[in-house]
Amino acid sequence: MALYSEKVMDHFTHPRNVGVIENASGVGEVGNAKCGDIMKIYLKIENDIIEDVKFETFGCGSAIASSSMATEMIKGKSIYDAMALTNKAVAEALDGLPAHKMHCSVLAEEAIHNALKDYFDKNNIPYDKSQFPDCEHCEHCE
Amino acid sequence: MYVYADNAATTAMSQVAVDAMMPYMMTVYGNPSSLHSVGQEAKEALENARATVAQCLGCEPREIIFTSGGSEADNQAIRSAAYYGARKNKKHIITTAFEHHAVLHTLAKLEKEGFEVTYLDVRQGHTITAQQVKDAIREDTCLVTTMYANNEIGSILPIAEIGAICKEAGVPFHTDAVQAVGHLHINVKEQNIDMLSLSGHKFHGPKGVGALYVRKGFPIQNLIEGGAQERGKRAGTENIAGICGMAAALKDACDHMDENMPRVAAMRDKLIAGLSKIPHSALNGDPVNRLPGNVSFCFEGIEGESLLLLLDMKGVAASSGSACTSGSLDPSHVLLAIGRVHDVAHGSLRLSLSEYNTDEEIDHILQVVPEVVQYLRSMSPVWRDLQNGKREYIL
Repeated sequence: MALYSEKVMDHFTHPRNVGVIENASGVGEVGNAKCGDIMKIYLKIENDIIEDVKFETFGCGSAIASSSMATEMIKGKSIYDAMALTNKAVAEALDGLPAHKMHCSVLAEEAIHNALKDYFDKNNIPYDKSQFPDCEHCEHCE
Repeated sequence: MYVYADNAATTAMSQVAVDAMMPYMMTVYGNPSSLHSVGQEAKEALENARATVAQCLGCEPREIIFTSGGSEADNQAIRSAAYYGARKNKKHIITTAFEHHAVLHTLAKLEKEGFEVTYLDVRQGHTITAQQVKDAIREDTCLVTTMYANNEIGSILPIAEIGAICKEAGVPFHTDAVQAVGHLHINVKEQNIDMLSLSGHKFHGPKGVGALYVRKGFPIQNLIEGGAQERGKRAGTENIAGICGMAAALKDACDHMDENMPRVAAMRDKLIAGLSKIPHSALNGDPVNRLPGNVSFCFEGIEGESLLLLLDMKGVAASSGSACTSGSLDPSHVLLAIGRVHDVAHGSLRLSLSEYNTDEEIDHILQVVPEVVQYLRSMSPVWRDLQNGKREYIL
């Protein structure tokens, strides 16, 4: 049995939306090099629509695949749809992740939320702070 | 081309080993404890295998106990020495910080039982010196256990010197030689080794079988209670086929060591020279006293699991000490012990060679590893920060 689903391997070996957006509307970075995963998401937002999204990831195969899938799922969508994206939805879209790799999908969700928070902050858009838990305190890094 | 470069994990069995096993599964299937002729024939094969293993280690056949592998041998050796020491109120054990888990976890259990363990620092030169052992020995030291050579980074420890120091101090000396047997010249008497663990599948023998050498007179205790097999020190009907396969593989390895190992070391050196050209990389382990087949690197800015997956797709089977490949959140304890910080320990790669590898395969590895490292760095935010000066290079 393979470690990952075919979808995970497809997104890992042919990741979508890799790169950087200069002067992005919002940038989110989560994880740290100590725990072995860093995800960075760049958003270009116009009229509440995510016109473009790029990512950079330092991490394992499922971290790269989760970033790739998550960016595909929010591209062209509204920022409210993006806020509603859950790690479960990312994992399901990848046809599942091994139990000990679920945190990779959590990172993808948090990276997107952090990028949106950055966008809200830059544009003085009010938001509910409780929607943005601090990633530094997740059990993964402790 | 598919290159198997994970021989420190396990090896392909040799034809010699397979041939040696077959009769003991199909025709000479008797139990060596039985009195009838098919049993006695199996008994004879068992004792011949014991003599072969003993000869390869420079000891007597009666000093060999067959086990299920290296881990069992380590457990038995360490626990025996510890409990024997405790009877004389000696409850201090010396080891290194980069032992295999079979040793470290056994010692951790003993610590809970009241033993005190000194873990020798391996940051200097990615090895230990005999002087470190000498300095650590106390009145109440009941065992020194150090690996012969490290499985992840390839450093070969100064075993003969450590053996001499232990002999002089009257402290029993055990070595986990799983990575060394069949690859390096070993003589337990000349090197003053009291106990030595080995595993069959690291030198083209079968899995699930190993041996423990115990110097005559040392009070070894059994882990497994039952019948009187192995002079009462390891109960259970002997794995005759496995034992015969292991003995044949070991004899083959020792007979051809002087021709095979220089060739393996030459391939290793070519790999090390080639991979050293990758910027911001570092060789792990002792560069001189090194296992002939071991190549271990850390590459900054990338993570090991994704490296292994891509290498596998490009036809290279390797291993890594990253957290994602260890099944835990921490990278390899060996890499941390030699002083690699988490950030770079995650980006480690081990390539381990055997005499079955070819020069063409080495060229293939040298072509694909730099490509894959470059590709992963191109999508790594850590690498970007390093390049932009937002983060400082460690390597």
